[in-house]
Amino acid sequence: MSLKKLFILFYVLVAGLVPMVQAAAQQGPDVLVREVTNEVLEIVRADKAIQAGDTHRVMELVDAKVLPHFDFRRMTMLAVGRDWRDASPEQQTRLTEAFRTLLVRTYSNALTQYRDQTIDFKPTRFAAADTRVQVRTEVRQSGAQPIGIDYMLEKSDTGWKVFDVIVAGVSLVTNYRGSFTQEIRAGGVDGLIKSLEAKNRSLEAEQKRS
Amino acid sequence: MNALKRNLGFVQRPLMALAVSASLLGGCATTANPDDPLEGYNRAMFSFNEQVDKVVVKPAAQAYEFVLPSFVRTGVGNFLGNLEDPWIGVNNLLQGKGADGMSDLMRFFVNSTFGLLGVLDVATEMGLPKHNEDLGQTLGSWGVGEGAYIVLPFFGPRTVRDTAALPADWAGQNPLQVDHMPTLNSYTALRVTHTRSTFLGTEKTVDEATIDKYAYTRDFYLEQRRYKVSDGKVTREYEDFDARLAPALGEEVDVAAEAAVERLELSAIGNSPLAAAPTTMGQ
Repeated sequence: MSLKKLFILFYVLVAGLVPMVQAAAQQGPDVLVREVTNEVLEIVRADKAIQAGDTHRVMELVDAKVLPHFDFRRMTMLAVGRDWRDASPEQQTRLTEAFRTLLVRTYSNALTQYRDQTIDFKPTRFAAADTRVQVRTEVRQSGAQPIGIDYMLEKSDTGWKVFDVIVAGVSLVTNYRGSFTQEIRAGGVDGLIKSLEAKNRSLEAEQKRS
Repeated sequence: MNALKRNLGFVQRPLMALAVSASLLGGCATTANPDDPLEGYNRAMFSFNEQVDKVVVKPAAQAYEFVLPSFVRTGVGNFLGNLEDPWIGVNNLLQGKGADGMSDLMRFFVNSTFGLLGVLDVATEMGLPKHNEDLGQTLGSWGVGEGAYIVLPFFGPRTVRDTAALPADWAGQNPLQVDHMPTLNSYTALRVTHTRSTFLGTEKTVDEATIDKYAYTRDFYLEQRRYKVSDGKVTREYEDFDARLAPALGEEVDVAAEAAVERLELSAIGNSPLAAAPTTMGQ
């Protein structure tokens, strides 16, 4: 292949990619939540291994489809609270890494429990200039009251990012603050990092055994 | 509404007395959480309840889920839920939400008849949605404070306010006036087992996701109760704890810190008279 042809090929590739990237950045937060949720649930519904509790497989799915839309640094900061300011950048990185691992593992496992629930997407009102939007959804289960699951999203250079998930009126992120603060009072930021990493290791060992 | 609040003083006073004695009791426990002065006792009761659950309630719920097909459990859930609707309606009316209250009473009427004694939830299909209210929430909406967090034996997490409302709530949610003890007991057992079975999926997640299950459960309960009392009208604040984006409040502190650093730098430069006596700088 001549160099010229290569250049043309490259140009075509890039020209093809640019509108795609722009579309992702322009995609509204409500559309993003709906599309990602539907896509992931469709895969779970069709995948017998995930339904049987194959942790490795479901984590791969979450890694590829869900994680790019989450801002874990912001989530960790909100879970830790005030003490975040006193943590060194290295501690912040380790905290974010450990908290991310914990959330991904546990909520991937929760996804294996998904069966026949239907998800309603409530209309979301927001202005073009808004940088923070709450997208409301409702999980309906036969015979039980519907459970509200709301996503808080913030606009970033790389599109909308989820930084909080609110289940039945409770923020899953800030709900950690009480226990995190307790850990930090007892053993400092390093104590919290150690507890989180120990928890992750024990969960990993548990999954290997099963 | 104001008259109601004034009239409720009699409720508030004993509640406050309870809360005060509770906080006195908690004085001996080492805790920094203002919501949880009884933490020492609460943690003990929490693990007692966990044991009861592990040995009795959870196995029963698992067996219940295993034996009965999903549509039967749905029917049981609808039947039990229907019996609670009148009490939910009464509480909506007590909170001044007339339309919601009437809708709940209509639900009970529709489901008890067309829904075959509540087994089918036809009211929801008719556009009468299920609500979630109880006397604890009603007291909260009237301005009664929640008081300390307290873990009750068997019943689990409550606040002092919700504990005070519990006898009325328990009676209100059991509107069947049955004197036949065995019937009443089986009804209560069914209620507990069914309710527990609806949490079988989520509890594993909570076990895995938390480093301190007690604290997580407590904070979840308190936040959810506040959410319910306000009927979902809570404003969430998302502070930015990043040092690089100092919030407006911290600005003064930052200026002071900068000045201090400058002074230190000055003193580091050497025996400058300015550095030796920084307080004279302004003169």
